[in-house]
Amino acid sequence: MKIPILYNVRSMLRRPVSTALTALGVGLVVAVFIGMLALANGFQAALVRTGSDQNVIVLRRSADAEINSGIERPAASLIASSPHVAKGAGGRALVSPEAYMIVPLPRLASDTNALANVVVRGISEAAWEVRTNIQLLAGRKPETGRAEVCIGRKLAGRMPDTNLGETIRFGGREWNVVCHFGAGGSSFESEIWAENEQVLPVFKRDVFNSLTFRMADPRGFDEVKRALEDNRQITVDVHRESEFYASQSQLLGAILRILAILITSIMAVGAIFGAVNTMYAAVSARTPEIAVLLTLGFPPRSVLASFLAESAIIAFAGGLIGCLLALPINGIVTSTTNWASFSEIAFSFMVTPALMLAGIMFAVIMGVLGGFFPARRAAKLPVIQALR
Amino acid sequence: MKFFPLLLANLGRHKRRTILTMLSVALAMFLFASLRTVVTTLQRTGEFGGANRLVSMSASGFMVFLPVSYANRLQAIPGVDKVTWANWFGGRYGDGKRFFANFAVDADSYLAMYPEMSVPADQKEAFLRDRSGALIGARLLDVFGWRVGQNVTLIGTGYPGDWTLTIRGVYTPTDPAISDDALMFHWDLLDERSGRRGDAGWYILQIDNPGNAATVARAVDDMFRSSSAPTKTGTEQAFNASFATMWGNVSLLMNTIGMAVVFAILLVTANAMMMSARERTSEIAVLKTIGFTDGRLFVLTMLEAGLITVTGAVLGLGAAKLLYKASNFNAMGFLPGFDVTTSTLLLGAAIALVLMLASGIMPALRAARLPVVQALRTVE
Amino acid sequence: MALVEIREVHKSFERETERVDIFTGLSLDIEQGSFTALMGPSGSGKSTLLNMIAGLDRPTRGVIRVGNAEVSSMSSAQLAGWRSQHVGFVFQQFNLLPVLTAFQNVELPLLLTRLSKTERGERVKIALGVVGLQDRMHHYPRQLSGGQEQRTAIARAIVADPTLVLLDEPTGQLDAKSSQEVLNLLTRLNEEFGKTILVVTHDAHAAERAKRVLHLDKGTLLEREEALP
Repeated sequence: MKIPILYNVRSMLRRPVSTALTALGVGLVVAVFIGMLALANGFQAALVRTGSDQNVIVLRRSADAEINSGIERPAASLIASSPHVAKGAGGRALVSPEAYMIVPLPRLASDTNALANVVVRGISEAAWEVRTNIQLLAGRKPETGRAEVCIGRKLAGRMPDTNLGETIRFGGREWNVVCHFGAGGSSFESEIWAENEQVLPVFKRDVFNSLTFRMADPRGFDEVKRALEDNRQITVDVHRESEFYASQSQLLGAILRILAILITSIMAVGAIFGAVNTMYAAVSARTPEIAVLLTLGFPPRSVLASFLAESAIIAFAGGLIGCLLALPINGIVTSTTNWASFSEIAFSFMVTPALMLAGIMFAVIMGVLGGFFPARRAAKLPVIQALR
Repeated sequence: MKFFPLLLANLGRHKRRTILTMLSVALAMFLFASLRTVVTTLQRTGEFGGANRLVSMSASGFMVFLPVSYANRLQAIPGVDKVTWANWFGGRYGDGKRFFANFAVDADSYLAMYPEMSVPADQKEAFLRDRSGALIGARLLDVFGWRVGQNVTLIGTGYPGDWTLTIRGVYTPTDPAISDDALMFHWDLLDERSGRRGDAGWYILQIDNPGNAATVARAVDDMFRSSSAPTKTGTEQAFNASFATMWGNVSLLMNTIGMAVVFAILLVTANAMMMSARERTSEIAVLKTIGFTDGRLFVLTMLEAGLITVTGAVLGLGAAKLLYKASNFNAMGFLPGFDVTTSTLLLGAAIALVLMLASGIMPALRAARLPVVQALRTVE
Repeated sequence: MALVEIREVHKSFERETERVDIFTGLSLDIEQGSFTALMGPSGSGKSTLLNMIAGLDRPTRGVIRVGNAEVSSMSSAQLAGWRSQHVGFVFQQFNLLPVLTAFQNVELPLLLTRLSKTERGERVKIALGVVGLQDRMHHYPRQLSGGQEQRTAIARAIVADPTLVLLDEPTGQLDAKSSQEVLNLLTRLNEEFGKTILVVTHDAHAAERAKRVLHLDKGTLLEREEALP
């Protein structure tokens, strides 16, 4: 026969402070767990959402990031005229040659030494169509021949001089902010876009950094890759756009995850110790009651189960507390330098239901681990001694 | 002091509880020290910089080069003693999984500029004489198993192609803030292979008097302000500090987690202390009967909490300090000189004291305020 | 002058809304070197009286003097200090700290003095010698019989050489043989060492040993020359 859970609940309530402290301890561990993984998730999501698997990005051979790549104009024309490139309305090739610069901009108006390396992407009209999910949020697109820029949603308002109508300064020139754009949460939202012809001369360059195009046959990636890479007139590497950006998140994403697991493991051990202490004390204090239960005929294993359940319930409550503590950070935007591309990327913490569920399960596991030995002691209680 | 055996005996009452609590404190302090050291290490790399060195780069950012012809003009500016320059190369070695900094320098003047990079005289000579030679940081010997005289091939990323260099020398930094896993080769080689463009990445200037830093910096920027390659010049320290800010809010993150850790451990310790206190009502009554004052019992209870927190803290902080030192940890080059500082240790000690007070206050007050007569009734 | 002077002492408790008077206008003298037993039914206030003499409790009205100290009006901090020097107290149970050895338990009162470690050690040995437990010095309470525990408690009560030894039901939890040991010890302390002893007890055997037997019932103190059967 099973010991009613009500007994456990009432017992827990008789020692409210001890129960609360233990639950809170577990809750903090869960909160840190969720928080850190939300950070890793948010960062990777921003990069994973960048790029479509119907697009292909072309870089110079061996270049592992857009910043290191260079594609001369003749090569660019050659690629653009390839039959692998899809055609849009009016028969225009959906190909976007782009320049990629990194400029140091102050993070705050007050401290010009706190810099962020922001991406300035030189584009042509095609970019708006080729790169997916790009939407104009406010203002109008930059006009040809003018020193005008469009600022990505995650930068707008978070850094000085990025509001519509303001003037931002980089590369020794002043640029008017004429629009804000969104890009479906991808890393493009941390960039500044301007016309190729304006950007290239300012940085004394005359070659593009990358070429991105829509595949005419979305399933023909392998063929596109072979055709372009084997072509002796150009020396390029071809990547699927989505895979390329995802790979840029590998290193930092992995580091954040490892850090998350390390930190929460250590904290978890502490929380488990706390649960162990609490449960041993509970068993000690309730020794006469346990003896009575055993005398009445409840089998030892239901005593074991009862105390394990109690520990698990306390931990479960802690898990809920942890979720509540971590929830507010969802959506908070933070930024760091993605060392793979050496550029600033802003992203939001992402707390998902799956993550919260994982947090609660983690809590219950801590509770069961912590409660195991005390519960076993309760089950093995020598009844005669206990009744004295 | 003479009450020590009593305190120890009390802690020994529930050895398992005491040990578990101490270990929890130790773990938390270890974590705290580690997190805090990330912050202090970043801070220190941001603070490193010769007081008499300036860095001059393009005003448009690090992606734009400066003409190498600037070198002579910079040398001629009053207050400037020495000039050197370097270019970021960013090559990959092998599968590229282990990142390390590699750049091209004007070898002779660069080594003269950085006495903190200590190189044996014969190796220095060999490096200077070989145009395709390389100078590596001591750590790289362990990381890749390289030896002096060996050829290594870097795959260029920004500068395409394969670049084969011969290791001629090993440098050991005398200041821990300088990374010990960088690779340097001759700027001359870089320039030649990229078509003699005469591009310098950034200049480093040594000035005669640190007090003149601002004046000289302004003079440099003024000189090139209206040219096609204007400069932005500042102290080396300011330059490094701005690199440190690229990590973004890492400090905030580490500090927040650190606080959560400390708070969690506080809960565990307070819980343990209160459990002990509850079990000792009758004993406290007996002690008061013998003549122990309320105040004395308050202090003794606090000290008991203190023994747990301080022992745990010593274990945790000590472990962190020794572990990172012994393993020469540097987070794969990102956090050079990762070492638990004295300020972190002191902060940890302070936290241990706060833990003592916070976890001990309730039981101590309880002990002090215990009405003897009521407690004695339960005794009989 | 008597060692303990109790004058017109009243004691009442507030229990919820009503006030319960334990005694009203009690007066009593206890001479130096006497051996007194205090008996009476449960709830008559015997223990309360003992606690008040020791300064653990305060009368609602009236004065209690022990030696030169007006115990009824001292502050609790003063009383603590006074107690450590002038009073030895023995309870029915839980006297000893289970985590300390017999030696360390007896040493406790001396930790409140300025004696050096060596001096303390000597006195502890003497006290344990008096109660006949020197060979058990380093045993823990769980290794001692009930009687031995109580004798250790008595050693602790006398180690600081107090004027007054108060005992509250010292033989209540002991078997006949252990009770005998404890009572023999009390007699010896009184006759050989001149200690003033006041015992609260139900035990007729204990009352037998006393030179003076008092009965406390419904707040009134009665004197008997010998114990009632």
